[in-house]
Amino acid sequence: MNFETTIGLEVHIEMKTNSKAFSPAPVQYGSEPNTNTNVVDWAFPGVLPTVNKGALEFGMRAALALNCEITRDIHFDRKNYFYPDNPKAYQITQAQTPIGRHGWLEVEVDGHKKKIGIEEMHVEEDAGKNTHNPDGYSYVDLNRQGTPLIEIVSKPDIASAEEAYAYLVRLRQIIQFTGISDVKMEEGSMRADVNVSVRPIGSDKLGTRTEMKNLNSFEHVRKGAHYESRRQQRVLMAGDKIRQETRRFDEATGETVLMRVKEGASDYRYFPEPDLPPIHISDEWVQEVKNSIPEMPDKRRKRYVDDWGLPEYDANVLTQTKEMSDFFEETVAQGADPKLAGNWLMGDVNAYLNANQIGLLETKLTPEHLATMIKLIQDATISSKIAKKVFKEIITNGSEPKVWVEKKGLVQLSDPAVLQPIIDDVLQNNEKSIEDYKNGKDRAIGFLVGQIMKQTRGKANPKVVNQLLIASLKQL
Amino acid sequence: MNYFANDLTSLHDLLVKKEISATDLTKETLATIKEREQKVDAFLSVDEEGALKQAAEVDEAGVDATNVLSGIPLGIKDNIVTKGLKTTAASKILENFDPIYDATVIEKLKAAKAITIGKTNMDEFAMGGSTENSAFKLTKNAWDQTKVPGGSSGGSAAAVASGEVVASLGSDTGGSIRQPASFNGIVGVKPTYGRVSRYGLIAFASSLDQIGPFTRSVRDNATLLNAISGADPRDFTSSKREVPDFTQGIDGGVKGMRIAVPKEYLGEGVAADIKKAVKNAITVFEKLGATVDEVSLPHSKYGVPVYYIIASSEASSNLQRFDGIRYGHRAQNVKNLEDVYVKSRSEGFGDEVKRRIMLGTFSLSAGTYDAFFKKAAQVRTLICQDFARVFAEYDLILGPTTPTTAFGIGEDIKDPVTMYMNDILTIPVNLAGLPGMSLPAGYSKGLPIGLQLIANQFDEKTMYRAGYAFEQETEFHKQAPTIGGQN
Repeated sequence: MNFETTIGLEVHIEMKTNSKAFSPAPVQYGSEPNTNTNVVDWAFPGVLPTVNKGALEFGMRAALALNCEITRDIHFDRKNYFYPDNPKAYQITQAQTPIGRHGWLEVEVDGHKKKIGIEEMHVEEDAGKNTHNPDGYSYVDLNRQGTPLIEIVSKPDIASAEEAYAYLVRLRQIIQFTGISDVKMEEGSMRADVNVSVRPIGSDKLGTRTEMKNLNSFEHVRKGAHYESRRQQRVLMAGDKIRQETRRFDEATGETVLMRVKEGASDYRYFPEPDLPPIHISDEWVQEVKNSIPEMPDKRRKRYVDDWGLPEYDANVLTQTKEMSDFFEETVAQGADPKLAGNWLMGDVNAYLNANQIGLLETKLTPEHLATMIKLIQDATISSKIAKKVFKEIITNGSEPKVWVEKKGLVQLSDPAVLQPIIDDVLQNNEKSIEDYKNGKDRAIGFLVGQIMKQTRGKANPKVVNQLLIASLKQL
Repeated sequence: MNYFANDLTSLHDLLVKKEISATDLTKETLATIKEREQKVDAFLSVDEEGALKQAAEVDEAGVDATNVLSGIPLGIKDNIVTKGLKTTAASKILENFDPIYDATVIEKLKAAKAITIGKTNMDEFAMGGSTENSAFKLTKNAWDQTKVPGGSSGGSAAAVASGEVVASLGSDTGGSIRQPASFNGIVGVKPTYGRVSRYGLIAFASSLDQIGPFTRSVRDNATLLNAISGADPRDFTSSKREVPDFTQGIDGGVKGMRIAVPKEYLGEGVAADIKKAVKNAITVFEKLGATVDEVSLPHSKYGVPVYYIIASSEASSNLQRFDGIRYGHRAQNVKNLEDVYVKSRSEGFGDEVKRRIMLGTFSLSAGTYDAFFKKAAQVRTLICQDFARVFAEYDLILGPTTPTTAFGIGEDIKDPVTMYMNDILTIPVNLAGLPGMSLPAGYSKGLPIGLQLIANQFDEKTMYRAGYAFEQETEFHKQAPTIGGQN
């Protein structure tokens, strides 16, 4: 029997607002436990939530960027459950009126483009964090409590682990370009719940699904979904049934492990949050938010090709992250040639980032400096060989390239009056090479250029040296 | 200080003229409280030290002549949080709870230099109508100490009625200000929903709760409401509407005012003495130039089930934060997390609170939500529409506040119709978010009878104007209980 796989993804993304979704406490990652909290986060008796308009607008931004319809009359709901990281014992969410509905995004897998539907997208608050210590105590940190989240629920349109992976990459890219989140998996600002089911090809009924919760690596999603799909097929082939259960992806083995079997749905007793009145979203408001959305990657890519003549491939690479794309555009704005700027970013800069395992904004490199360096190369002030040194300096230490090149005496020698005596000197000391040259051995030129470069400690302009050398050799 | 002979204005005059200092007034008030508490038990805690400190500050800075509350000691219901002053909501689960912030109304009162003298008794988490559900003490009716003071704001009402303080704050979710005001022969107002910030009011039912004032006179009530009203950025359900001066034009009379009397408010279950007092009130208003017509609020009859479902549902969620983890009572001898929750809450909550949590939890459950919570919310809309229809033609609704005078302590209301009427007179006002007032309108066997006036949303001024006209025309408010040897 042949099976087809159906995957649904529920993705939580933390939004980088200044303050929390329903309290004025600050949102900040990595602070001392419980320092970014106030009486509202602690759910002290008598406190009330307030709506952070910024969080709502960020949610609208994401919804619009994901081609969702904006729900015009929204309210918040309470999802009730007891847990120490959830001080009110309810989460404020949008169960009945998600801010966005019926969206989609496009992925490309193996050269095939596919639209994946987004069922709905809503704004809610994150919980705090429980830490279970070996000392027998559990510790609660409420810094994260109330951090605004969006939850994006895909339609069950995803047919393979590869598509799931592509969906997440694309989703991260889009959200990053909206500017509402850093979407850093390692900081937990993007997490995915993965629902997987299989059914015989042609069956019109979805199979029983299993769920993996809170995966924070795209790779784990891919491997977990892949494993789970195969496991379910094996179970069905053996004549057994799939149970509705929550499973954990085990990194070490690459397998999924049973956590608990779901016996009926949990009852969260959702009801409209009476502390927050309903909100109407007007046409004007939607338009305002629409106008605030930065240019999305597809548009940028097209512009790079049409306006700046970049190859499709380069344009695609340069728009993978907003950081890179912004950096690229700023470098061009500072006067650098787009093709050269792109080459540097895709080549040396990326290599440096990979080698050091850091992000672009964690380096000392600035678009101004990169542009300046590119101009120094173009006007032959430095050679491309020297440029490698300059690059290392400006990305590691943040030196201004022009100043540093001058200070270090690395300006390229292009003046024939300076170069000719050096060439004459090298020729005098390398008669064997002249012989070789005369005997038609072109390799000799390379050797002689090398000698001249050595004499000038690499500063000689190779182009000028070549011209002068050949002229000198011809005169001999 | 004789609070029966003085109102806020006259006390303010004495303070401004330095005939008495804020410190002396506070000391006298503390002494009166000490003496009368033996009979009424209205307070859960009296902040002698804090009150004297606040009074000293007022005296040092000089009484603010522009601020009528400056230097006046007030009682505060114990579900309104006061920084550094124990706030329990009369529940064991908050027995030693010391808030680290002030409710918005407390901030406003402090800014007005009023003095928080103590916290008053109530039904636990404001659930009840007799203050007998307090985990800590039994408050008595100021007029007859064998009777209940009403509830849930029974302490706040008894404190004013017995002359311990000139005014106090309570909260009203289904009648918890108006009913005890009625039982105690004083003026109690539940403002329009959203008029007063709920920030710092320990929530019972978020969509119904409002803080409001208890006073002995209508004008004092308007004065105190002036001080606590207004939009609060910390409460999104507070209204941004401009707050008028409720005392301005209060003596404008009721000539030409159109008053409606719902026939449902004078039906079976309302005692004859109450009906008589209400009919008398109608005569008074007619004499003063108002027209009074009978109207119908056909969906009122559903008010009670709607209220119990909505209020209990919201309460079941609001009270989940009392889990023994961060503050309040935590059970000992627990084995695991669930034990902490179950035992702390089982030990901390009283029976009535538990009953309502169960009812609310049931109403919100997946299988019952549509038939209970959702249906109740829909019927609530019909009740609102009933009132809207009446207010399209009338300025004010008039009726009794309660079907009987104060009942005896420990005496369950056995007649289900009376019990039902006890709720139906006050509850629809909360469901529709309207302002309502109870003021003295008669006496029966030595116990006060309250008249209820209900105005359209944010039209407290009409309500106060009518209340003031009635008060000036009658003598009911001038009577005082014989407590503490005065009178």
